Amino acid sequence: MPAPAISLHGVRKRYGSITAVDGLDLDVPAGVCFGLLGPNGAGKSTTMRMLTAQALADAGEITVLGYELPRQSKQARMEMGVVPQLDNLDVELTCRQILTVFARLYRVARVERAAAVERALRLVNLLGRADTIVRDLSGGMRRRLLVARGLIHDPQLVLLDEPTVGLDPQVRQELWSLIDGLRTRGVTALMSTHYIEEAERLADTVAIMSGGRIIARGTPAQLVRAHAGEQVLEVYGRPERLAEVSELALRSGWSSRRSGPAVAILRAESLDGQAPDGVRRPANLEDAFVALTGEVIE
Amino acid sequence: MSTQASAARATPRRVHRLEPAALAGVMSRDVVMFGRYWKATTFSSVMQPTIYLLAFGLGFGSIVARLEHVEYVQYVGTGVVAMAVLFASAFPGMFNTFVRWQFQRTYDAMLAAPVDVEELITAEVLWISLRAGVYGVAPLLVAMAFGLRPDAGMLLVPLIGVLTGFGYAAFGVLIAAVAKTIDNFNYVTSAVLTPMFLVGGTFSPVSKLPEGVRTVALGNPLYHCVQLVRDSSLGHLGTGDVGHAAVLLAFAVLMWRLAVWRLGKRLID
Repeated sequence: MPAPAISLHGVRKRYGSITAVDGLDLDVPAGVCFGLLGPNGAGKSTTMRMLTAQALADAGEITVLGYELPRQSKQARMEMGVVPQLDNLDVELTCRQILTVFARLYRVARVERAAAVERALRLVNLLGRADTIVRDLSGGMRRRLLVARGLIHDPQLVLLDEPTVGLDPQVRQELWSLIDGLRTRGVTALMSTHYIEEAERLADTVAIMSGGRIIARGTPAQLVRAHAGEQVLEVYGRPERLAEVSELALRSGWSSRRSGPAVAILRAESLDGQAPDGVRRPANLEDAFVALTGEVIE
Repeated sequence: MSTQASAARATPRRVHRLEPAALAGVMSRDVVMFGRYWKATTFSSVMQPTIYLLAFGLGFGSIVARLEHVEYVQYVGTGVVAMAVLFASAFPGMFNTFVRWQFQRTYDAMLAAPVDVEELITAEVLWISLRAGVYGVAPLLVAMAFGLRPDAGMLLVPLIGVLTGFGYAAFGVLIAAVAKTIDNFNYVTSAVLTPMFLVGGTFSPVSKLPEGVRTVALGNPLYHCVQLVRDSSLGHLGTGDVGHAAVLLAFAVLMWRLAVWRLGKRLID
């Protein structure tokens, strides 16, 4: 098996009295899109910052592309790209100016710089906006420019921290096809997200993070099967009826949860004749996620 | 492109401290930014010293003909150079750093690239000091219009400006690193920077100050800048100036290290 692109072992990070990352073990194989899924505050962003040595772990070992962090983090950063969660573009500069500055920072040779900028602009479909200043770009364009900036040096590894947070559905779709395109080019991507659909659609492997550690890992399908079964039975009705069904589930030892206006009962395929009337649907990653973390997220 | 990239991966690039490529990369951003706002910066950097020059030179100049054996216009003209350098370095050091770090998060973006905190801060300070060296020449040009005689020694003034500017820009970065909010800069401006340029031998001799104040004034790096500029511009360079240069160099190195240390602590959690 080839060496993983990223590996973390026993990594801990505290901020004052808060433990953000608590004994994290994670291996990201090369060439996959790896989703780090967890609710806000699970420690995803802290993990991302530690991978660029912008946060230093209190304990544990971190290796990125074979480089030991934080000692060799500069070499590692030379070969990876980062798309941050928060927009940190220079609003007064044009797309081309920003990308040129970062091409220099990533040591793209002078003769290749202009071509690298063109390639990155084309990749995110911003060639027509090359000389527009960032302030005049829409939110979706700015986010695409952030992706272009992270890819300016054609890296073999990209960190995407909540790449579509706060975007409207149409723009999210655009970004998803961009990220999907990375995978087909063989780039390793580590993507943190708290959108279940995003992880389900894009990630080859998903690790579910909660309380600063990984609590489950696998392909989306494996996670669903292992933690939510095959079918979910959703029972709709008046509040009294829902309370009754919850009570029944508790008594019978079924795994259930409130899901919007319904009560959802997991592993409906193994319920015997006493199952209440309801709508059966295939189990999904959200069911597995909630079963694992006990948290309801978007 | 990707074949070249794979070749590069086979033999990892060696990295060092303070890589010229990283410094140049950070400064290239400053240069592009400067292209957008140079008019406003240049206007204020030239206007402010000119106003001081006119106010003191013409105002006091009518009462005081000579100070420390030089004509007052020469005295003030050379003194204001130091003030121009101080303004052109300490203020951008404080404000640019704070805005880029806290509001625009530019530093966060750059530190995710192969740039260290030391390289980032050094490049920012170096850029500001180069600019300060250029702006420091403006008061001399204005003073020439009022009778300051050109002298070959004036060619040293941009260098003195860069050296002094480096220390004050790093001082500004240090203040930005320890300030809780941008409003805290007001304390530094009124309690540190203003007294510094008023009692640095810019407009009146330090030797005429009361003893206690004089001792403090002699420790003021700006005083050493003033003396060095004055001695170079008026053809009075002597061995004492080595001491002035040494103080400025020590100030620059100290502030640089402190700025890297303090801001580094806040940029990397």
